[in-house]
Amino acid sequence: MTPFQRCEGVVVPLDRLNVDTDQIIPARFLTSISRSGFGPNLFYGWRYLPAGPGGAAPVPNPDFELNEERFAGAPILLTRRNFGCGSSREHAVWALQQQGFRVVIAPTFGDIFYQNSLKNGFLPVVLPEEAVDELFQAARKANALQLVVDLETQTVSAPSAGLRYSFEIDGFSRDCLLRGLDDVALTLTEADAIRAFETRHLAAYPWLARDLNATT
Amino acid sequence: MTKTLFDKLWDTHAFADREDGTSLLYIDRHLINEVSSPQAFEALDLAGRRAWRPGSSFAIADHNVPTTERGFGIADPLSRAQVDALERNCRNQGIAFLGMADMRQGIEHVVGPEQGVTLPGMTVVCGDSHTSTHGAFACLAFGIGTSEVEHVLATQSLRIRRMKSMRVNVQGELAPGLVAKDIVLALIGQIGTSGATGHAIEYAGPAIRALSMEGRMTICNMSIEAGARAGLMAVDDTTIAYLRGRPHAPEGELWDQAVAYWRTLKSDEGAVFDREITLDASRITPQVTWGTSPEMVTGIDGLVPDPDREPDAARRESYRRALTYMGLAPNTPIRAIQLDKVFIGSCTNARIEDLRAAAAVVRGRRKADSISLAMVVPGSGLVKEQAEREGLDRDFVAAGFEWRDSGCSMCMAMNADRLSPGERCASTSNRNFEGRQGAGGRTHLVSPAMAAAAAIAGHFVDVRELGPGEQR
Repeated sequence: MTPFQRCEGVVVPLDRLNVDTDQIIPARFLTSISRSGFGPNLFYGWRYLPAGPGGAAPVPNPDFELNEERFAGAPILLTRRNFGCGSSREHAVWALQQQGFRVVIAPTFGDIFYQNSLKNGFLPVVLPEEAVDELFQAARKANALQLVVDLETQTVSAPSAGLRYSFEIDGFSRDCLLRGLDDVALTLTEADAIRAFETRHLAAYPWLARDLNATT
Repeated sequence: MTKTLFDKLWDTHAFADREDGTSLLYIDRHLINEVSSPQAFEALDLAGRRAWRPGSSFAIADHNVPTTERGFGIADPLSRAQVDALERNCRNQGIAFLGMADMRQGIEHVVGPEQGVTLPGMTVVCGDSHTSTHGAFACLAFGIGTSEVEHVLATQSLRIRRMKSMRVNVQGELAPGLVAKDIVLALIGQIGTSGATGHAIEYAGPAIRALSMEGRMTICNMSIEAGARAGLMAVDDTTIAYLRGRPHAPEGELWDQAVAYWRTLKSDEGAVFDREITLDASRITPQVTWGTSPEMVTGIDGLVPDPDREPDAARRESYRRALTYMGLAPNTPIRAIQLDKVFIGSCTNARIEDLRAAAAVVRGRRKADSISLAMVVPGSGLVKEQAEREGLDRDFVAAGFEWRDSGCSMCMAMNADRLSPGERCASTSNRNFEGRQGAGGRTHLVSPAMAAAAAIAGHFVDVRELGPGEQR
């Protein structure tokens, strides 16, 4: 995993509640066995105008925030409660990353999306509702508000607007992100503990030891 | 010390605790589908790793399989590649795989319990958010992403933090004609789609105890739509009766030993939850969603809300967006909403009881001419077979419905089953998000009986007023 320490850049305000992962990447783009190629389909239904007849190339919707020139290449997304709710598709994180995002700030996240983000070196920042409000206001006033998101100090700041907030993240995830740790390799360092637990567990509940290949 | 059901499940699976508050959680059962697994298997192969305990995993292609003319295979080359990859990866790693041609194939959250792959007291994970379904069997069951699929394959565990606990007490008795779907939609309407974020919800109370396993699965299934990580229900006679004789359930002495343990899987008297909520089942009416989030729901007698009367600015804006997308005017009576299509299926509502309820409404009737397509997609090949033994397929076909093969189908429109832009659908599935059933499609979530009634009338009606179809 690529380490995440700090991100500085323009923030895109996406003033919507409950942005679900079907909006982030619609299901019809999930028929892939690869991890790449999702960026162009990020927010597909909002980003492009409804398709005309004949299957022409999609036309960007000028009313959608992400399509504005001033936000091109912005690495930080600011949004409302419950971002990433719904489906467990990790493709949602991949699509955001492949579009150039490294951070998303919201008051709350869907639990699975939050976990998926951490596994990909993509930082979900939880800030209180009031802080998110203030950031939205600052973003509206500025043409393209610059933010600094620092995982080391666990802060989000907008120097031009004089705003600065601290955020919480659990120590384990923070450590993994800062060091870019491969968490499978990390867990496998505890293989002996897993094996010992497994032996005890399957002895205590022997019906769990059944091999599903046995009758299928 | 008193424990909640969640505490019991956590404590029997968590080990290697760290000071940062995380533990390793041992995973008993891993269900695998074609959409969220290929990148996980690829990563495993690239690192030269093998599945830790392949016999604990169970794979089924369900998300993008066709529901018609299966003999011709999968027409879409990308979908076909994904299903082929699943079969190949499972063969490589020694994991049980149910292919499209297998009679037992179906939606993973229907097949797991049906085959006894899901058993009480287990931790169950799957790269699918509706894994919460299995909590109806007192399992700690939750959806994970592809990286965690890889992690579970490689280590049989996840390093996670303990969830918070919430109990939803459903008091009273449902009125006749109302079902589990109405309970869970009413709950989501009350607490919202982030109402249970970070929590495992335990459902309790007389209205839950009165439900069949099918109904219980419907409720646990939609826990994720309330934001919860997991849904849970205690073991009782209904649970045990459902599991007896299932192909992968234990037998003989092992069955007795298991049942004795399973019966302890309930919250202790006096156990303390982080949050408790009470719902009165007797006050619930048939639920219909009107918007683009499952929390945008009301009763059949309700009206589409007026965004201008919503005090919270962010919600007001989301209501406006929803009504524009849904093509609905404020204050429209729910009963006045005309439909184009009807979908009966999904991991929420495609079990035998669901099909029986819908068939009982359509029997001897005909779908409205304005309904261009009404389709029934059974939750598994075995559900389909059972329904055909009972003649339900003939009831549906005589009423003008299409009778399909099993899969996720138009719940999420990854296969050919999807809405066209602007089409409006009464659906027994779980999400009414924008474009969920096809780009530009408009979804209203309802129970199977309500969907069937809407197909007959061409618009939403109270199934209790329409009454049952012909008796048999």
